[in-house]
Amino acid sequence: MSFINKPKVRHPDLPRNELGLTRRDYEGAMSTLCAGCGHDSVTSAIIEAIWGLSMRPEQLVKLSGIGCSSKTTAYFASGSHGFNGVHGRMPSVATGANAANKDLYYIGVSGDGDSLSIGFGQFAHAIRRNVNMLYLCENNGVYGLTKGQFSASADIGTKSKKGEENLQAPVDPCLAALSLGGTFIARSFSGDKEQLVPLIQAGLMHKGFAMIDIISPCVTFNDHVGSTKSYTFAREHYHEAVHADYIPPRAEITASYGEGEALPVQMHDGSQIVLRKLDKDYDPTHRGKAFEYLRTKLRQGEHVTGLIFVSSSGPDMHDMSNTVDLPLNQVPYEKLHPGQEGLAKIIKRYA
Amino acid sequence: MAQPAKAPDRLNDRVNDFVIKLANVNGTGSASANTLLMKSIFRMGIPVMGKNYFPSNIQGLPTWYEIRVTRDGYVARSGRVDLMVAMNAETYHKDVREVSPGGYLIYDSTWPRATVLTRDDITILGVPLARICNENFVGVRNRILMKNIMYAGVLAALLEIDVEVIRGLLTESYAKKPALVDANMKAVQLGYDYAQAHLPCPLPLRVERMDKTKGFIMIDGNTAAALGCVYAGATVGPWYPITPSTSLMDAFKSFCQKLRVDPETGKNNFAVIQAEDELSAIGMVLGANWNGARAFTATSGPGISLMNEFIGLAYYAEVPAVIFDIQRVGPSTGMPTRTQQCDLMLCAYASHGDTKHVMLFPSNPEECFYMSVQAFDLAERLQTPVFVMSDLDIGMNDWMCRDLTWDDSYQPDRGKVLTREEIEALPKFHRYLDKDDDGIPYRTLPGVTAKGAYFTRGSGHNQYGAYTEDAAEYQVVLDRLLRKFKRARTLLPPPVIEATGTSNIGLVAIGSSRGAVNEARDILAKRGIAIDYMRIKAFPFTKEVEAFMAKHEKIFVVEQNRDAQLRSLLTLETDVPKSKLHSILHYDGLPMTSKGIVEAIVAELGDAQRAAVAAR
Repeated sequence: MSFINKPKVRHPDLPRNELGLTRRDYEGAMSTLCAGCGHDSVTSAIIEAIWGLSMRPEQLVKLSGIGCSSKTTAYFASGSHGFNGVHGRMPSVATGANAANKDLYYIGVSGDGDSLSIGFGQFAHAIRRNVNMLYLCENNGVYGLTKGQFSASADIGTKSKKGEENLQAPVDPCLAALSLGGTFIARSFSGDKEQLVPLIQAGLMHKGFAMIDIISPCVTFNDHVGSTKSYTFAREHYHEAVHADYIPPRAEITASYGEGEALPVQMHDGSQIVLRKLDKDYDPTHRGKAFEYLRTKLRQGEHVTGLIFVSSSGPDMHDMSNTVDLPLNQVPYEKLHPGQEGLAKIIKRYA
Repeated sequence: MAQPAKAPDRLNDRVNDFVIKLANVNGTGSASANTLLMKSIFRMGIPVMGKNYFPSNIQGLPTWYEIRVTRDGYVARSGRVDLMVAMNAETYHKDVREVSPGGYLIYDSTWPRATVLTRDDITILGVPLARICNENFVGVRNRILMKNIMYAGVLAALLEIDVEVIRGLLTESYAKKPALVDANMKAVQLGYDYAQAHLPCPLPLRVERMDKTKGFIMIDGNTAAALGCVYAGATVGPWYPITPSTSLMDAFKSFCQKLRVDPETGKNNFAVIQAEDELSAIGMVLGANWNGARAFTATSGPGISLMNEFIGLAYYAEVPAVIFDIQRVGPSTGMPTRTQQCDLMLCAYASHGDTKHVMLFPSNPEECFYMSVQAFDLAERLQTPVFVMSDLDIGMNDWMCRDLTWDDSYQPDRGKVLTREEIEALPKFHRYLDKDDDGIPYRTLPGVTAKGAYFTRGSGHNQYGAYTEDAAEYQVVLDRLLRKFKRARTLLPPPVIEATGTSNIGLVAIGSSRGAVNEARDILAKRGIAIDYMRIKAFPFTKEVEAFMAKHEKIFVVEQNRDAQLRSLLTLETDVPKSKLHSILHYDGLPMTSKGIVEAIVAELGDAQRAAVAAR
């Protein structure tokens, strides 16, 4: 599979976005993941999302670390620059790239091993800095490339393919992000494109760090009975609390919402997210309540999905650094130093 | 008070040529007093060297400052101590022993001094510093601070340092707090007056105005390097604090806050990001450089150890990066506030797999400034990490350097970055293709055009930028990387060679060994031993380095580490026979003196040469 080139045939009637591009224009190289891998569904949701946003491919920057999930940045948006770094350190590369050019959209694809074990520190600090990026954690509870070891997100009591039981407490990326001050925290399931696509769109447009934990089952090593990250388990135990609809700037809200159900959240670029609360007691704008709700549901064996928490105000890394509006990589050199005249003044202090 | 010892005759000729050492307790404000003294002598036109030997501690441990007044302009330690100011009771027993015969020691005579702590071959002078301070100043902290400023006044009287020069410096330092000028001057005057009344002023060691510091400044290497980064146009500075590199990023930030704030919007044309660790700092440097900004980090040995994986990625994926390694004593945590040149091997081959990296070796703050700019040009031209190998001695001590100047016609060399038009004109863009046959491929920046997009990866890739596990395809890229490294030699600064034209003995050194080597050559020349000198400025070694070594029969390699790392690099990366290279190693953590070099060379040259020298 992996060495076959993708067919380039285009059907003339494929739907086109505002730029006149089809979904095909947002595809990447052929996936080399196992057939049925949840990650491939996430890849197709990303393609659907960026096509729907009519984003020019060169406006997007793709970043990843190491692992099955990190391979997927090659499988979408071949017209976008990609950076596949080292294991667990994608957030720092994304932070540096974002520092250099604030005008582009950054999407980081990581996994539970990459984000919650080797890269837990970088994950945490990128949240603290509120780096303006979308961060996807393709979470399958298992190390795929090294053949089936538990990851840090494996639930207590979940069983490996070989029958071993995990006894260590899991790291929940959503609870972690909530406690670290994350400004956009969501959970979804690779099999639920209807929920995932608008979350990806909203996350890309969110100013600040948008984290989506995506349960993405590993068909080869973690899709058996006894696993809490299998397709079957996810379908039965993942509970959507809040559905998010992404409404682009100037577009009208066409969906109909029940009485008291819709909660519109204004984004910095004029777009909106309309949150549809499926659980009337839930408040996705209250950090403490969101934390408590997630914990309560987890104790009941339910994994809450949807846009768990959002706060559209709050400074991102550039605001905190008070950087100029022009991307730093475009500031003319002349503006960066005061020349010989300035130097002569500076060195007087040292004479 | 002990009877003054009979001064040896040569002391009569110690005008502008002697060493003061000040033994203090850290956290007492002694650094300001010591810098004030050193700078005053400099302002009187006399060349001077200042070295700070400080502990890895904030308050309470011993610290020393050494000032060499050097009319001949030798900027290395001499190994002598002619005048000791012993302000630390805890180290007094050690400090009194260190004074060279015929020298002087000043101590605080407020308290009785144990009679055993004396010597009859030096002159011991007591000043009741604490008592005078207690009588004249209020507040414990203030009294401690003023005690230090007061000994500056004592020395001004003993050494004939111009008090008006001291006042001038204090006025500049406290421009915003004039009250402090008066308080400090009061302390200076108290010390001065006491010395004039009670001590044999002036001493035979004293200063006399000269005109040898015009066109020079006193600056530390980290400040100069930071200024270089400003002038290079660096905009992103991710870092993690580590001694002795911290002051580099502090200085960069402080320069930027003065020079880089947009006057209209009040916003910053820079981003200094304090990372969570060095791994993250270098990751950010890579991300920013990859995305078209000039980004750098400053660190020391332990930081480089942590950065290794990313450095390998930058090498293989060909991402520019500038890394300042302000070397300190290893291994492990080592001695964080002491100096060495011990990261040469670490940086030359940093990271797993076949990797080689470009290094620059500044020898003083002046070169830190110019080499910073050069490092960015090289990193972008070669699309690879470039290390600036400074050290604690260069980075944190003030050195006398020529005025820094700037060529306003300079434009940064951004290397082979394709513009939108250039990309659109191509049939197809291939990231790692050696189109110009110089080992350096073309790169594109994100955000420009979809046609220029490529996937940057540390996994196996072919010359078109695609993933590969194909044996031949992998090797094509790896072999080109080696050609690129060899190509680097033609772009790097050549060594500085000082040849006599007749000697077949050579000496090779890098970085901060420069001052000690210069002085050692002069001493040896006076004894009839002529030695040619090559100061290497960069790695990989240029052809001039090979030529120098081929030309000389016996070559001394002077360096500041135990394992002869420079010698190892020379034998690994050039054709020089190992037997030609004789190591002179200095690795106690203190800056080098010429003495060790002279002794090692004289010993090695053998009886015949020694006899010849003796006969002269």
